Amino acid sequence: MTTRVGVVTFPGSLDDRDARRAVRLAGAEPVALWHRDKDLHQVDAVVLPGGFSYGDYLRCGAISRFSPVMDTVIEQARAGMPVLGICNGFQVLCESHLLPGALTRNDSLHFICRDQKLRIENNGTAWTRDYAAGQEIVVPLKNGEGRFVADERVLDELEAEGRVVARYLDVNPNGSYRDIAGITNAAGNVVGLMPHPEHAVEPLTGPTTEGLGFFTSVLKQLVNA
Amino acid sequence: MARVVVDVMLKPEILDPQGQAVQRALPRLGFTGIADVRQGKRFELELEGPVDDAALARIREAAETFLANTVIEDFTVRVEEEGK
Repeated sequence: MTTRVGVVTFPGSLDDRDARRAVRLAGAEPVALWHRDKDLHQVDAVVLPGGFSYGDYLRCGAISRFSPVMDTVIEQARAGMPVLGICNGFQVLCESHLLPGALTRNDSLHFICRDQKLRIENNGTAWTRDYAAGQEIVVPLKNGEGRFVADERVLDELEAEGRVVARYLDVNPNGSYRDIAGITNAAGNVVGLMPHPEHAVEPLTGPTTEGLGFFTSVLKQLVNA
Repeated sequence: MARVVVDVMLKPEILDPQGQAVQRALPRLGFTGIADVRQGKRFELELEGPVDDAALARIREAAETFLANTVIEDFTVRVEEEGK
């Protein structure tokens, strides 16, 4: 049976199509999910894509977090279903308290768009097992509010438990504490990532194809489960 | 109609780049002597009924769960007096 990976579309999502494309290129079946529909349509994993859901009103991800689909996503994520939040999706996961910390305005106040080098720090999560530990990859990054913040205690805990999934290399584009680009929950099924692996899956349109590993990883995770 | 005001501010330890940008612009406009600027949000809630303890408790709950992200923000709730 084909693995089904759902991609949620909120009003204002931008990267849902690219995420579905990445899912398909990885060999899974992409399933479009709608923010007002609580039903996840028997998907095995969910991607919360980038964009500006609900216009980023109030705070990025704050309104999406209370959408009907998120009730089910939060429930299933707590039960172990793999969930990847990219950019705005990462913000939704923090607002949902599935991941600790918060994403705030870039320290430069500029919207940053660049090809970003990252180091995969934890290749034990549902979304990173196809990478080598310490592997360096380049994927696009584009955000205005991508500065990961948390208090010292939480940061120390994330480091001690190996829950920093990816770190910025060469340049810290937004002032994130400890160069953090992505984190995971304790179980390793929920991952939030500020850069965009779904834009680095084909040579024609991406700087590399090194983003595909996030999507092939979850496939393996589910097949072996 | 009763009005309740919820003010939301970034916690002191969280960098406020917007406030800093405002602070840097002030002296250029001739407004000197301002040591620090923090930028926040103000919500004005018009209640359908009276402002009693139950209503205020619900508003505090709304502020805690939705209007503020208490990971990075603090909030205050106050009743705005009727009149001019």
